[in-house]
Amino acid sequence: MIREDAAAPRLEWRVARVVDVFDETPRARTLVLDVPQWPGHRAGQHVDVRLVAADGYQAQRSYSIASPPEDAHVSLTVERLGDGEVSPYLCDVLRPGDGVEVRGPIGGYFVWDVSRPGPVLLVGGGSGIVPLMAMLRHRARAIAAVREHAPVRLLYSARTLADIIYGDEIARLADDPGVRAAITLTREADPTWSGYRRRVDRAMLEEAGWPAADAPLAFVCGPTPLVESVATLLVELGFDPARIKTERFGPTG
Amino acid sequence: MADIPFIARGFHGRRPSAAPGRLPPGQYETRDFPVLSAGPTPHTPLTSWHFTVRDGSGHAKQWSWYELQALPRETPTVDIHCVTKWSKFDTRWEGVSVDTLLHAAHEAGVSEQPYVVAFCDGGYTTNLPLADVTGGKAWVAFGYDGGALPPEHGGPARLLVPHLYFWKSAKWIRGLRLVPRDEPGFWEQLGYHDRGDPWREQRYQGDP
Repeated sequence: MIREDAAAPRLEWRVARVVDVFDETPRARTLVLDVPQWPGHRAGQHVDVRLVAADGYQAQRSYSIASPPEDAHVSLTVERLGDGEVSPYLCDVLRPGDGVEVRGPIGGYFVWDVSRPGPVLLVGGGSGIVPLMAMLRHRARAIAAVREHAPVRLLYSARTLADIIYGDEIARLADDPGVRAAITLTREADPTWSGYRRRVDRAMLEEAGWPAADAPLAFVCGPTPLVESVATLLVELGFDPARIKTERFGPTG
Repeated sequence: MADIPFIARGFHGRRPSAAPGRLPPGQYETRDFPVLSAGPTPHTPLTSWHFTVRDGSGHAKQWSWYELQALPRETPTVDIHCVTKWSKFDTRWEGVSVDTLLHAAHEAGVSEQPYVVAFCDGGYTTNLPLADVTGGKAWVAFGYDGGALPPEHGGPARLLVPHLYFWKSAKWIRGLRLVPRDEPGFWEQLGYHDRGDPWREQRYQGDP
């Protein structure tokens, strides 16, 4: 295919204003940004964030957008990596009123639109839940007649109860008859925890996901071992590899 | 505000320990080898694997896995740079130079063209100017760090074009299509740059 719009506009760096910050978990913080002339995004896309020091030294990282396209503001949920360079700044230093440079949206493959009918499977590990949350929130904004044609099943793997990002909101979203959510804890689970307590495996995907015969569209996002394992299991379960979209999080500190 | 950087209040950063000039702009050094792919890792049996160089007029040259293994090998040690911002230094590879493959293909009647499209198991493609894969700058690599290239890193074989962002080093490569015009590949159609020179920070379409 030959693209005709040869003169693609450059993705400009824009100075976003931090409207709000709040902790999702002890290790993850959400930044609500007001981005001037934000061109809009699709659920699943990400932005680049650039930090420039006074002497011109710069660092850049990519972060998934957590907010749905319907929101006026752009929210990022950033996991603080202890030995990171950018995430500790975003999580610990940045406060409302500050500016921060972003450019985007970026990525046109790991995206979903609620108007696309058919069942959807979302499998997230750790902060890999973030772009999936944008999809769930996007779905929730649609009218019921649209939503019901796009039923979603979410399987979310977190380390501990305290590491679950958006836990209350996921529970609320799962009140919708078209959303089913399951969470598994891989490290330690509170005795009262009634969800799964192991790494995502074949049985869990069969139980919490969709039968391959329903031809779901699958989005898998998280650390490489989880994504490798889940994508391989889904292929073994008979999913069409072309309908399994993956996003793998490397160590982006 | 386009190119005037905004100073981040209170940001000092962790200066790279790498030798000056070794890290392209906006990159940081990692010692890990992160994995990034758009879909599941394909697993093609080596007995049915082959590599093809073809042009648009039906001429093609094909190698089985075993024929490819028998070609002269090189062992480049190179720095690699991913558009997701990580760079990894001194990665050790083993593979066949693209020059070797193209030379044999041209001898078999495949026409010379100014651009190539790498095509892969799983449907991935990426486009490159011919000049970026010739002159000892690109390989079809099947060995990494002294062993076989692991599937999640593109094994059995991937393209290796270390002077461009690493998405150009297509995983699970199965061949090169030689074309008269630049044809944007998978990520390039989704907004990533057609050339992807990390030193010029050509990450996305529209970057200079």
